[in-house]
Amino acid sequence: MASSAPAAAITQQRDTANSLTEDDLRRLYELMALAKACDEKAWTLHRQGRISFVAPCRGHEAAQVGSAYALRPGQDVVFTYYRDIAVGLTLGMDLPNMFLSLFGKEALVNGGSRHMPWHLCHTGLKLMPATSVVATQIPQAAGAALAAKYRNDDSVTIVYFGDGATSEGDFHEALNWAAIHRLPLVFLCENNGYAISTPVSRQMSVTSVADRAAGYGVPGHIVDGSDPLAVYGATAEAVARARRGGGPTLLDAHMRRLRAHTSDDDNRRYMTPEQIEELRKHDPVDEFRQKLIRRGALTQEAAQHLDDTIREAIDQAVEMAEAAPEPDVASLATEVFGVAAGQLPPASL
Amino acid sequence: MPTFLEAIREGLRQEMERDQRVILLGEDLGEGGVFRATEGLVERFGRERVIDSPLAESSIVGVSIGASLNGLVPVPEIQFADYIHPAMNQLVNEAAKIRYLSLGTFHCPITVRMPFGGGVHGGPFHSQCVESMFLGIPGLKIVIPSTATDAKALLLSAIRDPDPVLFFEHKYLYRRQRADALPNEPLPLGVAQVRREGKDLTIVSYGAMVHVALAAAEAASREGVAVEVVDLRTLCPLDRETVLASVRKTSKALVLYEANRTGGAGAEVAALIAEEAFEDLDGPVVRLAPPDVHFPFNSTLEQAYLPTSDSVLAAIRKLAAY
Repeated sequence: MASSAPAAAITQQRDTANSLTEDDLRRLYELMALAKACDEKAWTLHRQGRISFVAPCRGHEAAQVGSAYALRPGQDVVFTYYRDIAVGLTLGMDLPNMFLSLFGKEALVNGGSRHMPWHLCHTGLKLMPATSVVATQIPQAAGAALAAKYRNDDSVTIVYFGDGATSEGDFHEALNWAAIHRLPLVFLCENNGYAISTPVSRQMSVTSVADRAAGYGVPGHIVDGSDPLAVYGATAEAVARARRGGGPTLLDAHMRRLRAHTSDDDNRRYMTPEQIEELRKHDPVDEFRQKLIRRGALTQEAAQHLDDTIREAIDQAVEMAEAAPEPDVASLATEVFGVAAGQLPPASL
Repeated sequence: MPTFLEAIREGLRQEMERDQRVILLGEDLGEGGVFRATEGLVERFGRERVIDSPLAESSIVGVSIGASLNGLVPVPEIQFADYIHPAMNQLVNEAAKIRYLSLGTFHCPITVRMPFGGGVHGGPFHSQCVESMFLGIPGLKIVIPSTATDAKALLLSAIRDPDPVLFFEHKYLYRRQRADALPNEPLPLGVAQVRREGKDLTIVSYGAMVHVALAAAEAASREGVAVEVVDLRTLCPLDRETVLASVRKTSKALVLYEANRTGGAGAEVAALIAEEAFEDLDGPVVRLAPPDVHFPFNSTLEQAYLPTSDSVLAAIRKLAAY
């Protein structure tokens, strides 16, 4: 199919950043503020010894919210990695289950007490199960897109990964599959410049992840990953292109990781005090808030009210999750296999 | 009389006819595959369902996993089991864990077909038995048929199973094993088969070694030793009951397999017997397997590496006299 074909199916959708209403802008901000507040609460809980682990999303909120906002929740297929809570929140994951997952308690989503905190998984939202393994989700996303193309449904698959993942073979193999089969797939690299402590300059000789796409015949674009509108616009365009049969796109969203890699990492070991101080000046959530206030889409009072509401909802979720019972040890051996030894599988799955 | 290879092809064809969600992907499949297992399938089902993959095993499995999560039932082929290693991450860290880590809200119905095994003068990279590496990994089923009949029936079951199945096809058996007629119904996974009954000694085996065991058992019978041969058919699930029932009857057990001696099915079966049937034993549980060396190319060395009916008969004599 020609990529210039009119995209009739998407005219009713938010296909460019320009089409966003003020309600959309406020919603984008609200989701970013929510993700930031969740992250800050998690970091505090970890420092207080109340949770054992968190991979922060601070600095990634704009890219995660902006891109996920361009998707149809429950219809488009989403593969995330371990830093993507804002993607989940944007698609509609609820705070109680998110905090149950953070505390490693039994939850209805994210693998409950079995999985690492905030490794997203939700059937209704087509959030495919995430592991901690780097880049494995990328060929899986190609497979999901292949299935959509095979069925001729109009879903688009998006896959999130960090810049470090682009050193893995799975990233390259997946780009190749996507290109050969012209898959409805959007690759979204959350490029914060560091694979834990290793800067991009020691991960690759090309200047950007976007450059890597050219070798596979896939368009690659650098996007300002700190600007939710830029990411939304680029993702909406890539999604629309994929939906009309135009094939995959790689978006290289540049952003800053405002914290260490995870709660177990200390970025003071590999960043100078000046570098860390510089990070503090670039909070995409604060920047977008100021932008909306300047534009008149948001007032200080409304923003303050929103912060209070979010804080209250998070506190409630934390209280509930912390008090939730430990999992039943009898559940340890469940869900290893769907069919017991000696049994025949059902006639149809 | 259809061969083992034709049994595989017919199993694939039957499931593809039955279920539109079944797709095949792997290297050179469209041309029939290097062993001809998929011959004619692209003509019948088209290139959308019989996909020539890039030469990249990790993504053959990774793409299959993702397609399964989004509603398809992929049957990827790894051209030789020796080349599964690049896909270990996808199998062990991903496919095996999906059901467990998602509380059963997602599952991964893929069947990874892998031609494997020696005796075909394939040398070090086209002969290996890699199944031992997957033993003890929760979430992966391991199927290793020894006959053409089982090959088809177990393949139907594997494809219909809602979880990842590693389906090992012994290359030596592809054109040497034949069935009178192929079954159209699946066999449950986890049910071993007693291939020959005997009262004096049990050989537990699987894959091509089952036939070596049967030949040795026939020879032993002429010496007055009645050997029972248990074909495991699947290493996971392991049919503990059939193994234990046989050993309780014969009191002596020999585990025969083609993977390297250390850390293989022999260790697991011997441990099972030691734990559960110690009081019934009248001799040590014996492992008979290739030594812990690499698979050699030279035919003379290959014959020395693999267990033979002669070496099995010698082991039978020794254990029977214990």
